[in-house]
Order: sequence, then C-alpha cells, then structure tokens
Amino acid sequence: MNEPALPLHADIGIGGIHVRLRTDDPGFIDLLGERYAGFLDGAGRVDYEFDMHLQPPEGTDPDDDVRVFRRDGLWCMERGDFRAEWDPQSRRGWIRQEPNPYSVDSVLRIVHSLLLAREGGMLMHASSAVRDGRAFVFMGVSGAGKTTISRLAPAGVHLLTDEMSYLRREADGYFAYGTPFSGELGRPGANLRAPLACIYLLAQGPENRIEALGHADAVRGLLANILFFAQDRELVQAIFASAIELAERVPVRRLTFVPDSRVWDLIGNEST
Amino acid sequence: MNAPLYIARGTDIAARRFGEETMIMSGKDSELFSLNETASLLWQAADGVTPLAQIVERQLCAAFDVDAQTALRDAEELARQLAGHGILRVSDQPLADTDAGKAP
Repeated sequence: MNEPALPLHADIGIGGIHVRLRTDDPGFIDLLGERYAGFLDGAGRVDYEFDMHLQPPEGTDPDDDVRVFRRDGLWCMERGDFRAEWDPQSRRGWIRQEPNPYSVDSVLRIVHSLLLAREGGMLMHASSAVRDGRAFVFMGVSGAGKTTISRLAPAGVHLLTDEMSYLRREADGYFAYGTPFSGELGRPGANLRAPLACIYLLAQGPENRIEALGHADAVRGLLANILFFAQDRELVQAIFASAIELAERVPVRRLTFVPDSRVWDLIGNEST
Repeated sequence: MNAPLYIARGTDIAARRFGEETMIMSGKDSELFSLNETASLLWQAADGVTPLAQIVERQLCAAFDVDAQTALRDAEELARQLAGHGILRVSDQPLADTDAGKAP
C-alpha cells in the first residue's frame, strides 16, 4: 500500500534546477522559506522531488562522515545527521533527518553536485560575483579569502555566493549562478546568472597581483576546489575531464591580494 | 637472476599529460597524483607485456644519463609505489593492458 502523499512542499530553484521538498510539517516549510529566501520558486516547475521524513536517521552514527555511493541504480547519501536515497531515473527520492536546515542543505549540495557532474558543470569552494554582466569566481581553501573578497566588493557588484559557487556548461559557454549556500557572510547570494569571465585562485600576500597559471596548475587548482563526494569511477572521470575543459575555455589566474578594496580595481580589468 | 617484472596502467583512474607532467586522479578515492617526467615515461610505457627492464633500458637510460642497474632498481621501487595507489599494476607475468587510463 502506498503511503499518503505529503501535503506540503517548498520548491527550491538553484542554477536553473528545481527541487521540490515535500513534508507534512508546516514549521519546517517556514524554516525552508527562511533558509532559501530568494530561491523559492512558485512557478510550479519541478525537476526533482524528495519526500522528507523529519525523524532521526536510522543506521547512522552522529559522527559519521558523508558517504555518497550508487546502489542498484539509486544514489545513496549518508552522514551522521541524515540518510537519503534518490533515483535519477524517476527523479524522486527521500530524505530522513531531524527538522534542521543544515542537513537538507547538505543533501541539496550533494544532489546538485551529482547533477552538474553529468553535464560538465560543478559546485566549487569559491565565492563569486557579477560585475558589469560578467561573472568572476574566487576559489580557495578555507581562510584563503573567499569571504574577505566578497566583503570588499564595491557598489554595483552582485555577490552570487561567498562560499559555494555554481558553474554550468551551457551551449554558449560557462555560466555562474547565485546560490543560497553561504559562508561566514551568512546571507544567500543573489539569484542571478552571468557568463563566466575568469576564475581566480586566491592567495593573500603583501601586494595585489594577478598572475597567469599554467594549464596543469589551473587544473590542479580547480580539482582541489571542486565539491565532489561520490566514490564512483564514472563521476571521477567526468569531474577530471570537466576541470580540464574548464581550464581550457576560461582563464584561470592566481590572485594575490591584500585585504582592502583596491583589489577590486584589478578584477575584470586585466587582459585575458 | 630475478624474474622479469611487468607493469600495466591501472584501470580505475583518469589521466592527462601536461607537457612532461602526468596528472592522474584515482577513481577509488578521487586522490590526485602528479607524475614527474621520469614517472611519466614509465607510466606511458606500461603496456603490460614489455618487461620493466626493457622499458628502463629503452626509455629511461636513453633519456637520462644513468646506468641500467641503478635505473632498474629505482624504477622497480617507483612502480611498486604507484601500484600501491592503483596507478600501476605490477606482476611477474604479462598483464592485459587497458587504454582506460592512458593519458591523451
């Protein structure tokens, strides 16, 4: 016998991909509304759908690290605070977690990273911003300056995220999208899309400087910052190929900067 | 005399050559490896059927000023290290080669 359909839902559109989360808890719908303000979609388009069961996940330990793997055609996602399964054929799945926004945030990041990997795109540990209609990405490990450079952005620059950049390969090139995934800044990015102009590998130093990166170093920098969970040979091959292609088609530079607003004088102004 | 050693490229990897460097990503754990010029030569020549001693003589000794015995000892050590990461397979019998991991 089928379980009754969950009566409430929130539709969250990120990067042009729309995920419906179903629940029977009005309080959780409110929580999702706050968390994903600016990314809630009322147009009714649904690409993927998840039933949410707001209860402790069974069979996990609270300290478990994230695991993403394929089993019988299903993607399985587990961490100490959630379990989820997703059928890429039917585009449906379920999530079991306590009613908090952090677990569902992680599931969404994983699902989007899997979807993007199939099409040459990626989620990346990077801040990103739109200036004069072009997108710039600032990648780096924790402490490299992703949030700092976001805070220093002058008027007229639209922040897409200070933490998790969303890149898609489309027919006419690469595009960066805004995401609700925030870092220290603590606020979601602008829900915008813009052609990707340049990717900077961040380093803090005594002066503002932009340097070209060789192809191998560019690929290494990209691979070090791409968000990627699955232990899956096909996806590893796809991610590797995607990083190489991205480095071939979009300039990747090293940006050394001192933490003041003058660094933005360089962004988008250097010849590519 | 030691039995000949054969080496073949690992099957669960993605690889690409960048000049003299070869970048390899493990399909098991996504770990990224970078092979220098010497290791790249070894990896490129790892067809599973050519004995390592022959690869060393043809590839390494020809490219670098090193005696065959020393080069073979170093190459065996390197091959076993790479095999530990799944980048190479090592056997005392010929191995079936695969192009799955061959760097373009």
